[in-house]
Amino acid sequence: MTPARKKRLALILLMVVGVAVGVGFALKSLDENIMFFFTPTEVMAGKAPKNKLFRMGGMVVDGSVSRPGDGLTVQFDLTDNEKQVTVRYAGILPDLFREGQGIIANGKLDDKGDFIAQEVLAKHDENYMPPELAGMHKSEDAQAEDPY
Amino acid sequence: MVPEIGHFALIIALCIAFVQALVPLAGTSLGVQRWVATAVPAALAQLLFVGISYGCLTWAFLSHDFSVLYVAQNSNSELPLIYRISGVWGSHEGSLLLWALVLALWTGAVAVFTPNVPRGMRARVLAVLGLVSCGFLLFIILTSNPFERLLPAATQGRDLNPLLQDIGLAIHPPMLYLGYVGFAVAFAFSIAALISGQVDSAWARWSRPWTNVAWLFLTLGIALGSWWAYYELGWGGWWFWDPVENASFMPWLIGTALMHSLAITEKRGTFKAWTALLAIFAFALSLLGTFLVRSGVLTSVHAFASDPERGVFILGFLVLVVGGSLTLYAWRAPLLKSAAQTQLLSRDGALLLNNIFLAVVTSAILLGTLYPIAIDAMGGKISVGPPYFNLMFILLTAPLGVLMGIGMIVRWKSDSVARLKSKLWLPALLALTAAALLTWLLPVWYWAAFGGLAMAVWIAITVVLAIHERMRNRSLLSALRSTPAGFYGMLLGHLGIAVFIVGVTLTSLYNKEKDLRMAPGDTYSVAGYEFTFHGVRQFDIDNYVATRGGFSVRAEDGDFRVDLFPEKRIYRVQTMPMTEAAIDAGLTRDLFIALGEPLGEGGAWAVRIYYKPFVRWIWLGAIIMSIGGLFAASDRRYRRLARSPSRATDAVEQSR
Repeated sequence: MTPARKKRLALILLMVVGVAVGVGFALKSLDENIMFFFTPTEVMAGKAPKNKLFRMGGMVVDGSVSRPGDGLTVQFDLTDNEKQVTVRYAGILPDLFREGQGIIANGKLDDKGDFIAQEVLAKHDENYMPPELAGMHKSEDAQAEDPY
Repeated sequence: MVPEIGHFALIIALCIAFVQALVPLAGTSLGVQRWVATAVPAALAQLLFVGISYGCLTWAFLSHDFSVLYVAQNSNSELPLIYRISGVWGSHEGSLLLWALVLALWTGAVAVFTPNVPRGMRARVLAVLGLVSCGFLLFIILTSNPFERLLPAATQGRDLNPLLQDIGLAIHPPMLYLGYVGFAVAFAFSIAALISGQVDSAWARWSRPWTNVAWLFLTLGIALGSWWAYYELGWGGWWFWDPVENASFMPWLIGTALMHSLAITEKRGTFKAWTALLAIFAFALSLLGTFLVRSGVLTSVHAFASDPERGVFILGFLVLVVGGSLTLYAWRAPLLKSAAQTQLLSRDGALLLNNIFLAVVTSAILLGTLYPIAIDAMGGKISVGPPYFNLMFILLTAPLGVLMGIGMIVRWKSDSVARLKSKLWLPALLALTAAALLTWLLPVWYWAAFGGLAMAVWIAITVVLAIHERMRNRSLLSALRSTPAGFYGMLLGHLGIAVFIVGVTLTSLYNKEKDLRMAPGDTYSVAGYEFTFHGVRQFDIDNYVATRGGFSVRAEDGDFRVDLFPEKRIYRVQTMPMTEAAIDAGLTRDLFIALGEPLGEGGAWAVRIYYKPFVRWIWLGAIIMSIGGLFAASDRRYRRLARSPSRATDAVEQSR
């Protein structure tokens, strides 16, 4: 092989190795940082992981929001119109959090089967429905109020 | 009547766009000069009619014409004037019209400001822009007509989304679109060059200023969006790796790669195929961004309007544009053999590595952004968290920072290790020492802080070194006069990165966050500041009611004192609550207070207090970068006549 070719071969090998390492790393990191989404029904059926963060979405049950103690902790039930899961969260709720609203919470389950949220997301649009929840309650879509 | 004129003007604009796309293209390939000459007037006429259409929609907003569905959905008679103007792009239909207007503006600018580009080339570029415009105008007319009437007319509008009633977000979309859509020009130059087969240094020189200007707007647009999210969403974060943020960031990264790759292609005539490909991808990613935002396939705070049917149209358009371009590319790429060889140890090589890293980091972000969609299609539901993006981004951009310093010093074509070593050992040592010293001065030693600061100092020192190299053996005056603006643009761009790195590093490592329960009279201490809460009061303002909290902040040492008034607003029409944080901004730190919700009796509130050191540097860095972009675009060699720059014109320019 001529020196020029050797150099080119080395360069190509370097690139291939670099890309392989990069891709491997990306996939591994991706794998570790994926959060799965579960509905309350799936959580009650024990499908959610025990010691791993996951996302749960549903509607906040009317009348379920309460503040045990005088700190920041808030407690509410989340439902997919079939099962309910109790959620606890210590922190400031997003602006659009309210009863009857669809929200998504990130967190994990505690020993009692309650969901300890690290983050609560509500969408910044009145009519917005998280895509994950859209399939959940077609009956209510029909009653979406007409503004005019 | 006015809305109908707007609609009609839009249809005329579409017809003109068809002419602009097809006639010049046919003219250049058949050699009919009269057809080629239609490109410029068609581009200007299209701008006129899109402008009329846009003006009509604005008029409908200004005159509270609630018989127009879009206005009824996004305005209100109490809405302040500025938000009636910005409300035009407050939702899907109008923001697409803005897209079309921005594209028409860029097209008009290409028609007017390219006297140095040969007529045939200009006609092809305008034709390609015309094709893109056809796609978007069709999209608006077929799926998203902003002029649709509402009969009977509404007596009152539903008001603009309160989140958008903010000056930062009022100007964020136009800036972002100027950037996004600006890459259409680089794309059009690339496609035109591929069609004609003329992919060379001259082509790169024509594309460069356009790419620079698009890039600087995109930089500002992203920075504005980040700044807005910081103070308006009330979370105090400045970047969330939200899919839509990624959608704007990916074109930025590829656009950055494109700027550098254009530099090599212009200077050395190499990497032509790669440069053409980057231009295609930068625009393709802009389209992908539009698709992601507008189709609602992603869970995102930005997915305001979502409609699968529209998504299918944009996806089809995206496939057509990317597929068509890549086919053309595959057909023409064999022509694009470079004459010169590239040495790895040269500025060419450094720029090549820069391109590789930028392309890889873009791929990593693309993977994380699209992975949930792919899984969703297979029936699973997942999301990819910020830790993935942070890790990938930092890992892949850290080498870029090191490279940036070397790249400014290394010579074109080829260089020697010995020369580089002799130049760079001292800056490297200085950077490490300075970073160690600075980190030691900080409250806690973090290795990450040391790394970030070392990178920033390293870039700053090599910027100075690059100036020094330039000045050598010359008087200051002659050096200043002979140095092209592009050089200063490069330095400023890199300096902006250094400032940005300082901001990101210090903010993410040393910020303090507290979510608290505070009753009136309570005092809490965060990061050397005492925050005292004095209770809340109600205020009635324009179209909302504000609950305003009173806080006084005092530095524990020194006599700094400031009063802050965070608000909780309820917008009357949409009855939507909004958190309006109060921020005391400073060059070295921000103090940030947001009100949560009232907690029980006694006037206690949930309160969020942040101490954010150096957070302003993040946006300051972006501003410096975009000023760099402005310098680079204003380089006078782009204004010289093309092909055979006569010595006479040069002499005239020099003597000015």
